[in-house]
Amino acid sequence: MNAPNKSGWKPSTPAGTEGKFGGPSTTTGNKALMLEEALIFEIGTTDTTGVDLPEIDASAPSKLGGFARDAEIGLPGLAEPEAVRHYTRLSRQNYGIDLGFFPLGSCTMKHNPRLNEKVARMPGFADVHPLAPVDTVQGALGVINELAHWLITLTGMHGVAMSPKAGAHGELCGILCIRAALEARGDAREVVLVPESAHGTNPATAAFAGYKVEDIPANSDGRVDLDALKARLGPDVAAVMITNPNTCGLFEPDLREISDAVHAAGGFVYCDGANFNAIVGRVRPGDLGVDAMHINLHKTFSTPHGGGGPGSGPVVLSEALSPYGPLPYTARTKDGQIHLIEEEQADAFSDEHFGGKMNSFGRMTAFHGQMGMYTRALTYMLSHGADGLKQVSEDAVLNANYILRAMEDVLHAPYAHSGPCMHEALFGDKDFAEGLTTLDLAKGLIDEGYHPMTMYFPLVVHGAMLVEPTETESKATIDQFITAFRSVVERAKNGDQSLKTAPHYAPRSRLDETMAARKPLLSYVEADAD
Amino acid sequence: MSRYYTDEHEWIDVEGDTATVGITDYAQEQLGDIVFIELPEVGTMVDKGGDAAVVESVKAASDVYSPITGEVVEGNPALEEDPALVNTSPEEDGWFFKMTIGDKAELEGLMDAKAYEAFIAEL
Amino acid sequence: MRYLPLTDTDRGEMLKAVGADNIDDLFVDVPEVARLSGPIGDLPMHAGEMAVEKHMRQLSKQNLAAADAAFFLGAGAYRHHIPASVDHIIQRGEFLTAYTPYQPEIAQGTLQMLFEFQSQVARLYGCAVANASMYDGSTACWEAVAMAGRITKRSKAVLSGALHPHYTEVVKTMAKFTGDEIADSAPSVQAQPDNAGLIARIDDNTSCVVVQYPDILGRMPDLAELAEAAHAKGALLIAVNTEPVALGAIKSPGELGADIVVGEGQAIGVGLQFGGPYLGLFAVRDKKHVRQMPGRLCGETVDADGRRGFVLTLSTREQHIRREKATSNICTNSGLCALAFSVHMTLLGEKGLRQLAGENHRLACMAAEKLAAVPGVTVLNESFFNEFTVTIDGDARQIVRELAKDNILAGVSLSRLYPGVDAFSGGLLVAVTETTTEEDIETLCSALKEKLS
Repeated sequence: MNAPNKSGWKPSTPAGTEGKFGGPSTTTGNKALMLEEALIFEIGTTDTTGVDLPEIDASAPSKLGGFARDAEIGLPGLAEPEAVRHYTRLSRQNYGIDLGFFPLGSCTMKHNPRLNEKVARMPGFADVHPLAPVDTVQGALGVINELAHWLITLTGMHGVAMSPKAGAHGELCGILCIRAALEARGDAREVVLVPESAHGTNPATAAFAGYKVEDIPANSDGRVDLDALKARLGPDVAAVMITNPNTCGLFEPDLREISDAVHAAGGFVYCDGANFNAIVGRVRPGDLGVDAMHINLHKTFSTPHGGGGPGSGPVVLSEALSPYGPLPYTARTKDGQIHLIEEEQADAFSDEHFGGKMNSFGRMTAFHGQMGMYTRALTYMLSHGADGLKQVSEDAVLNANYILRAMEDVLHAPYAHSGPCMHEALFGDKDFAEGLTTLDLAKGLIDEGYHPMTMYFPLVVHGAMLVEPTETESKATIDQFITAFRSVVERAKNGDQSLKTAPHYAPRSRLDETMAARKPLLSYVEADAD
Repeated sequence: MSRYYTDEHEWIDVEGDTATVGITDYAQEQLGDIVFIELPEVGTMVDKGGDAAVVESVKAASDVYSPITGEVVEGNPALEEDPALVNTSPEEDGWFFKMTIGDKAELEGLMDAKAYEAFIAEL
Repeated sequence: MRYLPLTDTDRGEMLKAVGADNIDDLFVDVPEVARLSGPIGDLPMHAGEMAVEKHMRQLSKQNLAAADAAFFLGAGAYRHHIPASVDHIIQRGEFLTAYTPYQPEIAQGTLQMLFEFQSQVARLYGCAVANASMYDGSTACWEAVAMAGRITKRSKAVLSGALHPHYTEVVKTMAKFTGDEIADSAPSVQAQPDNAGLIARIDDNTSCVVVQYPDILGRMPDLAELAEAAHAKGALLIAVNTEPVALGAIKSPGELGADIVVGEGQAIGVGLQFGGPYLGLFAVRDKKHVRQMPGRLCGETVDADGRRGFVLTLSTREQHIRREKATSNICTNSGLCALAFSVHMTLLGEKGLRQLAGENHRLACMAAEKLAAVPGVTVLNESFFNEFTVTIDGDARQIVRELAKDNILAGVSLSRLYPGVDAFSGGLLVAVTETTTEEDIETLCSALKEKLS
């Protein structure tokens, strides 16, 4: 293989941008502070490095057993100034919460406090090995226990499995607990009921766990159809997966009744906790009969999304499911203490506190879970306190209702009639001019300087737009957004064709996703390699 | 040779003991730009109404059902290289697979061209 | 509360605007039984930055940081020096506070970075295509087993006994629910991995053979031989790597014939962090298997003006489109850890990575030689990269605990990884990286000498 770009700098001059933004074209493709950036494979070389390490001593002994690598790997390097510049330039082509309003429904894009980052980097957390002798990591276990205590208390549940790595991993954890509990009582059930408005991970998770997935319809108020659900319950139904508040942004007022009916039929209730930000500090899911619920620390508890993770998805469990949780596991004993249990102590601990063997379904991940997220989430919780968290949900709900009521006269709001929304407001594309879509409106919002809302989800509303402002936005920010949102909606209703080609002012115009999927190019290939 | 249509927007050409299956022009238009087709392996037994292939656009994946029961004897090799054939020539070059005809009687419940045209006019 | 911009005046105006008398009006759908009022359990009230930082610092101080010890822990998590600029880049708000790049026009930074990351991983692994990351090495390992089942339409996975036991546990846990049969075995504590025993377990129903390289004891299994044996039975070879720095010194798994290569990327850029977040790496040697891959993939394309750009692609494999037919339920992955890995790898480059690997191996060879000279210590491995197994005349786990009191983190005892197996009680995994000093090695040797005399 040739070394990447031994010839040096190969700028990728953008084509066809003449006249954009009303000015002449430039030689570099740059537009003042909008800077184009080549790939590392085009600007780096295999003999450049940004670190200082000793030269390899060819005469040193080798114990590689005949597997020493001889062929070139093809990894380009950059000296530190070039590397910092490369990534800084790339970063400027990204939108983030730090730049502006990010009302992405169901994703809870709230401010990420920097104290969290500082704490996570304390050497006692960042520079500790997962298999260090337990005597040397009491503070780390203390963080897990303290966070577990907050989660259990805020949700009114019995135990918590801390290790799941993200929301979907947490869902899997909850459903596996349910399956383990059912199997322990010799009760093989086949079906998991999922509302049609559910997030795609719900059916994917249930299917993975070996269950047949059946939809439950929604009623005209955007909630689970209670009668349809009750009619479907029976000895074959293992669980019902419910999102509360649901993906239409509405609280499911019948959840307690649903839980009672599911329990009476011998099943369990899984609650998708993605929308916990709407109710934290005001409602405890444990009081609604929930058996398992994952909590996205990267949503409700402000750990950064990082452009797609890492997340963290601890799962709170009812007393019935607690003995089946994965290891390592954290549980509260009758004396109020919370303990971290690994494979070795599991049976003895369970004998002592749960009156029988631990029936853990196993291990979901190599180590203890997302410690770096635990420290951030705990810092966030301590900063807010119980009073602050209650204020969080109240402000989040108030902001969403404020947007809902400010928009409903110009934009179809399918469930506005059924009362207040929770932390997110749902709209549809009903009155748009022929040929203009939710996608076009979203791209128009990009030109206005906003990250668009969630589009085309939930599936139950045509051209859905799900707007979640979160509590960390000021009234002025929201007022300005409403003004911009209304203006783009008017353009969509009036058939403004310039929306079809929006965004006009982003680092890129619309990308050709069809070409990307038809001829996938997923890894850099040197131009001369063909 | 005679052509039949299903209410799931597949067409089927019958010639002697084998049949050729594809999706209709109406279906390709609904799906938009097609980026990938997953064809059944040769030798697969498919049931009438059962999953036989998957057709993917950028944002959607749709199952294609077998119009009749039979064994898959050939997949269209051109689709791997050029899935867009289904957009440009859905009812000719963009055929999906050929199959044996397990039970000729199953063809009787299908629509002819005229009936299908009336069917999609109602949609 | 410093993170909440609304003032009471704002709240009053906004409530009025939505036609509510008070905030409770917006929570009318919550049944009475579930409404909380007043304090919640024993949870404290809000606190300022100084108070919170103080509390967390106290917890932090109850841990022995690796930097404060003579440190030899590995077994799937490795301590390496991370250049200062890595942490600077990942804290830039445009990366840190971005979401998954669903709006590609304003997410080219993340997308181009992911394309570069995928390309770096593919090259490091000797593969055609790598994805945009998984949660960690252990979950990536399970996803590879599941993928091999989809490709081969077979249901039996044969696991090497020298696969990290926690990875084995994850695979076995998941397989219980999918009905896959998992054939595993205890590791044989010998100088060489038991390839012949592994090959003997491959049969006509085997979907894949899973082998770690270097393995849990630090040894080098001959992947080429395993690939040949697996392929002869129509099975795939899955290679698992938990120390990517090793691949700067040894041949890539793809080059040796592995079909799916997965691993833990934590060692480059991410840091120890008590076990997470880490970075699952996932690659396939032949691009024909791309559509069976789990997780997100970033691909190159052009925009409406013909400029190069990047998008998430082949999304129809994923849960948000395929729902119950998806290749995996994974959604959020390890984006920011992938960035840390990629920045660190770019700073290293080929030259730096090879030097780093060379330095690790040099120090590990030195440590092995010095430990072998300690009476009562035997080095097991004939070959290794930066981690090897020693057997000591004593209870290794107990000795590790005792040495920790003197700020010596001597290694991971096999008893910690395989509790209750008496035969392993003297086994100790010792990892040595560029952060280990000669003085640390001397400290460990003399402490062991003292304990064992």
